[in-house]
Amino acid sequence: MDELEKMLLLQVADLHRVPDGAYNIRKNGEGDGRRSTDRIRIEDRKDGHAGIDIFIAPNTKNESVHIPVVITKTDYRERVYNDFYVGENADVLIIAGCGIHNCGVETSEHTGVHTFHIGRGAKVRYVEKHYGSGDGNGENIMNPATVIYQEEDSRFEMESTQIKGIDSTDRETTATLKKGAELVVREKIYTHGRQFARTNFTVDLNGENSGADVVSRSVAADDSRQTFGSRINGNTACHGHTECDAIIMDRACVTAVPELTANSVDAELIHEAAIGKIAGEQIIKLMTLGLTEQEAEEQIIKGFLS
Amino acid sequence: MLELQNICFDVEENGAIKHILSDVCLTINDRFVALTGPNGSGKSTLAKIIAGILTPTGGKLIFNGEDITALSVTERAKRGISFAFQQPVRFKGITVKDLISLAAGKHITVGEACGFLSEVGLCARDYIDREVNASLSGGELKRIEIATVLARGTELSVFDEPEAGIDLWSFQNLISVFEKMYQKTQGSIVIISHQERILNIADKIVVLTAGKIEREGTREEILPSLLGTGVCRALTDKL
Ligand SMILES: Nc1ncnc2c1ncn2[C@@H]1O[C@H](COP(=O)(O)OP(=O)(O)O)[C@@H](O)[C@H]1O
Ligand SMILES: [Mg+2]
Repeated sequence: MDELEKMLLLQVADLHRVPDGAYNIRKNGEGDGRRSTDRIRIEDRKDGHAGIDIFIAPNTKNESVHIPVVITKTDYRERVYNDFYVGENADVLIIAGCGIHNCGVETSEHTGVHTFHIGRGAKVRYVEKHYGSGDGNGENIMNPATVIYQEEDSRFEMESTQIKGIDSTDRETTATLKKGAELVVREKIYTHGRQFARTNFTVDLNGENSGADVVSRSVAADDSRQTFGSRINGNTACHGHTECDAIIMDRACVTAVPELTANSVDAELIHEAAIGKIAGEQIIKLMTLGLTEQEAEEQIIKGFLS
Repeated sequence: MLELQNICFDVEENGAIKHILSDVCLTINDRFVALTGPNGSGKSTLAKIIAGILTPTGGKLIFNGEDITALSVTERAKRGISFAFQQPVRFKGITVKDLISLAAGKHITVGEACGFLSEVGLCARDYIDREVNASLSGGELKRIEIATVLARGTELSVFDEPEAGIDLWSFQNLISVFEKMYQKTQGSIVIISHQERILNIADKIVVLTAGKIEREGTREEILPSLLGTGVCRALTDKL
């Protein structure tokens, strides 16, 4: 693996070397290493689509799965389907991420469709990072789709981060929750230049006492544009909270569209959305500590997205 | 150290000029300078002019012989001026440790950060990783604000009503924070306050009324006349 590929892996998966536990590394559309463990099996798909199936045995604890994707070619487009089957009462960490380095002038594009079947009582922490770099004028495009089916009393925590270098992203996440299931989403996005990011969440709270907490923090700088949509449907006694907190700078544009539907008198749903520039007094306070205006802005953004 | 020469601050309100500060002349050289006066008399405005947050509409500021009137907040901070806000600012995502590190101007260890927090009476372990956000109470924020100025340890420090929200702690502790700070910096500490206990440690007391310096002098000269006038609040009023 060359230095560039190592750098991308580090960015998207915090990987310095071959990871512990199960992993599958995909590089420019091809397998570049895979390991299954006793309890976590990774297999090629059998339906003809590119991608893998990941089977996690019931009661698997303290194990992790890394599935980074690295693209270093220009003019390369792929669509990959990965399906996760998480057994009952398992408790695992799944780290996915995609790094694109495009130094050509053509577009590189990765569309990943991740489907999670979360067994009863299982807990999953899913960490996903998107990163792009390149010195050409080629565009880096990522369009991840995440589909989550949660059985009773399961918990799915999703942390998704896109900090740099993705010119265009259109993310669609849908989740369906049964009784007692919990979904937690923490999304962080920073866009600059002429980048565009759209994220859309649709959550169906179908089971009694299910709950969802979908929080997005974002910063839009330069001429970038962001759209955040979050739709929560409370179909029974349940609780849902969605929050969009965005800092807007320069000539950027941010749209937040929270949408709540209660189909039951016992559904408790809340949305909060705030878009605004960095508070002037925050910059001034940091300037009184000796930071320049620009350093102050950087610290405020770094903290906000950390 | 700091000389204020004929500082004026006028604002326009509904087409009329309002004089917030008029011709304020003041030399700050002493260890502890207390700035007192009724609400709305212009104390915070004067402090912000010293820190560079507001630009005076007239007059000059001379700091160690240099005219700093046109210098930015950052440049003044770098020259050795610190300011603890009356209303501390909140930050989402910036932790107490981050803020104290930024104030210190270098990476500091958890131990060092804890030292500053302990000085202001906060149990460091409980606070070091907290965000400086709305989850902190007014009194907690006030003390963290004081800790940032301690961490800077500059030649001139201005505290705007530092006693607010410290009821549960004590004035004596706050006073020893200032005394310790002086031992380190050997500079000047300006404290905006109404509290007798704080005025009591001042080497110099300045009384601001309606944007003008009404009186200034040593504690012995000024304090007796303030007691009972309502300008100065005894400790017992507050508790
Ligand atoms: N930018 C401004 N525009 C109008 N009035 C102001 C402005 N800044 C301060 N003031 C007024 O100036 C007076 C002094 O305010 P301040 O310095 O905060 O007083 P203090 O700190 O002594 O209570 C107050 O009456 C306040 O309302
Ligand atoms: Mg004030």
